[in-house]
Amino acid sequence: MNIEPILFYLFSTILVISAGAVVTVRNPVFAALLLVLAFFTCASLWILLEAEFLALTLVLVYVGAVMVLFLFVVMMLDINLTQINEGFTKYAAPGIIIAAIIVIEIGLVLGADKFGLEHYPNPVGHDADYSNTKEIGNVLYTVYLYPFELAAVILVVAIIAAISLAQRRRRDSKYQDPSQQVLVRREDRVRIIKMASEKRRSSGEEDS
Amino acid sequence: MIELLQSIWAEVPLVLQIVLKIVVIVVPIMLSVAYLTLAERKVIGYVQVRIGPNRVGPRGLLQPIADGLKLALKEIIIPTNANRFLFILGPLLALAPALAAWAVIPFSENVILADIDAGLLYVLALASLSVYGIILAGWASNSKYALLGAIRSGAQMVSYEIAMGFALVGVLLAAGSLNLQDIVLAQEGSIIHWFWLPLLPLFLVYFISGVAETNRAPFDVSEGESEIVAGFHVEYSGMAFAMFFLAEYANMILVAALTALMFLGGWLSPFQGIPGLEYLFSWIPGFGWLLIKMAVLLFLFLWFRATFPRYRYDQIMRLGWKVLIPVTIVWLLVVAVAVLAQLAPWFD
Repeated sequence: MNIEPILFYLFSTILVISAGAVVTVRNPVFAALLLVLAFFTCASLWILLEAEFLALTLVLVYVGAVMVLFLFVVMMLDINLTQINEGFTKYAAPGIIIAAIIVIEIGLVLGADKFGLEHYPNPVGHDADYSNTKEIGNVLYTVYLYPFELAAVILVVAIIAAISLAQRRRRDSKYQDPSQQVLVRREDRVRIIKMASEKRRSSGEEDS
Repeated sequence: MIELLQSIWAEVPLVLQIVLKIVVIVVPIMLSVAYLTLAERKVIGYVQVRIGPNRVGPRGLLQPIADGLKLALKEIIIPTNANRFLFILGPLLALAPALAAWAVIPFSENVILADIDAGLLYVLALASLSVYGIILAGWASNSKYALLGAIRSGAQMVSYEIAMGFALVGVLLAAGSLNLQDIVLAQEGSIIHWFWLPLLPLFLVYFISGVAETNRAPFDVSEGESEIVAGFHVEYSGMAFAMFFLAEYANMILVAALTALMFLGGWLSPFQGIPGLEYLFSWIPGFGWLLIKMAVLLFLFLWFRATFPRYRYDQIMRLGWKVLIPVTIVWLLVVAVAVLAQLAPWFD
């Protein structure tokens, strides 16, 4: 018995259900967690496609980093659902029309005449020593070298922009500079004074 | 006799074979987790000029069993207004990745559960999952201390994962493979050939971020008893609390194993290439060497906890982002150039 189709349908079912639930559940934390589940099952599907590098990177980047930050923000939000749901009936009709147009447009582009089964033969299984990681590396640094480097440059620009946006320093907030704290020496803080001892006066003034 | 056993083993269905192998790996890990807690209390005791637990059993050796029984018998209290489902899911999610990562750890040459090609990436991906248990537990507890602990832990883990990942990229460059077994074999030769020497800064960065990833002292602000009581697990009791405890110690053992594999030659003998000593110590199996290396690294974990005061939160962030990450990036360039130049004796 071939176990692969069973796994495929199992993972696909979980993926579709969890992806749908992301937008329907009321609790935003659950929505974020279901998105994690969706990413995870998607990674499992990619492993079935022998793309283990992409699958593990998906888990590493999206599940391990992006969604953690997402959850981080969502957990601290206090979302009032009644306020959000207020305009639901008002915006329902235009929303449905826009959604329908988008579905039709996607259907036109991704129709069966271009992406039908006959255009995509079954992927060929690889030998045991096939390394998906090596293949991707080879293609990435030869055929797609320029797009890859371009993407890297754009990402660097984005990082610099994000940092410079977040780097405004508020003048009224107190901030500790560890590099200055480390440099502090005893001489900066304590002053030892040499002085001759003074003579004791009369016994009555001793306690004052 | 061995042939008979082998023929019986071949008759066992594949799924059952894998389950048996998993049991053979997980049971010793759980036992070592239990005894690591005893070792910790003993080591810290002696560091602080105390004796440590010595009442239960001979020399206190049954203490972890007693602790385990006690925790198992306690009631699991679920706080009011806590999210029941996530409250229970949290500890499970903390423990599962710590155990699943052992699938790709080679204990000796070809002694490995799943010899997958992208083993290093798999380990890194699973390590990044362990934060979910803590975050969910903190949020689901419906307690401000737990939430604070969870937020601290989330920020800390995401920050140190980057340094950890970069350190692993250095190992990948040096070994030319993501397969953990190949990484160990690339270090073959002698103690000089192990990656701790050419990758010394990465070795230190990896171990430091390993300590931070496991939320151990001096990076344990997510627990921070003195400020936020016990952080993310303040509302947990009984077995649910024990799961967090197990996860933390299983993660420590895992980090120790990975450090030993990637930087200290894994199962290779330190006397390899030295004529007299190599023969003298050839009776120690590869697995024994790996255990010794792991034990030394685990002792470091305990020693850190007994020695260092807790970092302040902003100091942790500064160390992770401004010290460890730049160090790894610079050393990655150095390693890349060394590999290109085929620097002897490591990369020729």
